[in-house]
Amino acid sequence: MKTNWKQITFLAAAIGFGACMFAANADATDWGKYQVGEHRSGYTYMTDESRAMQNDNFQNPGMLWVEQGAELWAKVDGKAGKSCASCHGESGDSMKGVAARYPVYDQNLGKLQDLEQQINYCLETRMETKPYKWESDEMLSMTTFVSYQSLGMPVNVKVDGPAAAAFEKGKAFYYERRGQLDMACKHCHEDNAGGIIRANTLTQGQGNGFPTYRLKWQKVGSLQRRFRGCNNEVRAKPYPYGSEEYTNLELYVKWRGQGLPIEAPSVRN
Amino acid sequence: MPKLTILVSAAAAVLLLAGSVSADGLVKYKVADNAIQQSLTGKAGDAAEGEKTFTNRKLGNCLACHQVTALAREPFHGEIGPSLDGVAGRYSEAQLRMQVVNAKVINPDTIMPAFYRTDGLHRVLDNFKDKPMLTPEQVEDVVAYLKTLK
Ligand code: HEC
Ligand code: HEC
Ligand code: HEC
Repeated sequence: MKTNWKQITFLAAAIGFGACMFAANADATDWGKYQVGEHRSGYTYMTDESRAMQNDNFQNPGMLWVEQGAELWAKVDGKAGKSCASCHGESGDSMKGVAARYPVYDQNLGKLQDLEQQINYCLETRMETKPYKWESDEMLSMTTFVSYQSLGMPVNVKVDGPAAAAFEKGKAFYYERRGQLDMACKHCHEDNAGGIIRANTLTQGQGNGFPTYRLKWQKVGSLQRRFRGCNNEVRAKPYPYGSEEYTNLELYVKWRGQGLPIEAPSVRN
Repeated sequence: MPKLTILVSAAAAVLLLAGSVSADGLVKYKVADNAIQQSLTGKAGDAAEGEKTFTNRKLGNCLACHQVTALAREPFHGEIGPSLDGVAGRYSEAQLRMQVVNAKVINPDTIMPAFYRTDGLHRVLDNFKDKPMLTPEQVEDVVAYLKTLK
């Protein structure tokens, strides 16, 4: 029983593909901007239909959230009598690159902030109104609108300096086994990316497509919603939305796709 | 440190009676050479029941990762693990029992869940806390089923 299956597959792959060490490299398809080195976007594992849906703004159901977000962007709300547009400009152009950089370490707050937390910070302290609930239509519309401004820009999160501690925690989370099934993220998304589990093809579990329109959800969802789903899948207790654990994990997962294009709103199965 | 616990509890009991229970409420078993000789129930399992447990998505869910030609009628065989065709010819019953009870004893890095283990787990959902994925009977049934895959 000493047979190590992985070694066998590895050997087979090595023999078959010469010096190619990674499944990603072994795939002959040229994925263009959707593959950067070993990083492959979930896009490259989807069906042609899902890809076509994502590519075409008229077909992409996630565009509805972009439109709703644009309306919210211009809506005056709160005691300060302002809208996002009052400070950040009408068009949303000022948000270019934000989704590619987030989560970021906020010097003033002394903590890692993801996009949802930053939006709520502006709502509460600058507009003096109620924050959006996580995964509410308002939040999803706003995060999708803001992220869409970075469409096609390469993920470029900062993981050194003050962000290093959060990054290391996110990384530890990724490699820690959990749940009754006792699996870590890496068992599915690193060791078995491209493999078929039940009826699903496992991807690298990249974060560049979020918020994503998931056909199974029939709506747009956040990266943290995905984390909760993947935790539940192995019968592990998920963490609350916006928890430090998940925010750290967001940073780490985004970093694993450094250089991949922002695809919000992507379309996934 | 699941391996250590098993070894220690196994060493403490000189004569291991199947059916005796350890601190975590699970039946004790003894591991030697990556195999468990004794049935967890003291009896042989039922292969027909084992096939049901094997295919049931809430129990073994073994087809999520494995392929079995004899079960071609079942949809969606995964490809994460090897085909189990002929597995009975490759391994002894005792080795198969070990693989199902706790595959990590054989390969610490495996993705395959341990089906009879509750110690050393992290953040298990309340509904599943302190419960092994399969009962001793179900483990033995699955082992009996694997033995039919010649
Ligand atoms: C009263 C002015 C004001 C309002 C209204 C406001 N913000 Fe901000 N926002 C700021 C300031 C100031 C900053 C920090 C400086 C900067 O990065 O532009 C900021 C930063 C941000 C950032 C981070 C930008 C970055 O580059 O890191 C995002 C995202 C953001 N705001 C979104 C929103 C959204 C969405 C709304 C509406 C719900 C909103 N803001 C409303 C003033 C405002
Ligand atoms: C049992 C296997 C399994 C484990 C363990 C697992 N996932 Fe997943 N995950 C999936 C499946 C299946 C999907 C849907 C197909 C795909 O994208 O891989 C998915 C999808 C994802 C996606 C969406 C990818 C995209 O392009 O839209 C992300 C992000 C993700 N997982 C992150 C994680 C993280 C972080 C962990 C650890 C907390 C984790 N997963 C653990 C099975 C798993
Ligand atoms: C999440 C995926 C997964 C699930 C679920 C799973 N296995 Fe496995 N299994 C594997 C992998 C991967 C291997 C390869 C060996 C390793 O990883 O150490 C394996 C190896 C085996 C082997 C040894 C096969 C050989 O030829 O070496 C047997 C027997 C086996 N599994 C039986 C089962 C049974 C029975 C079940 C259900 C009760 C099951 N497995 C569920 C992933 C899985």
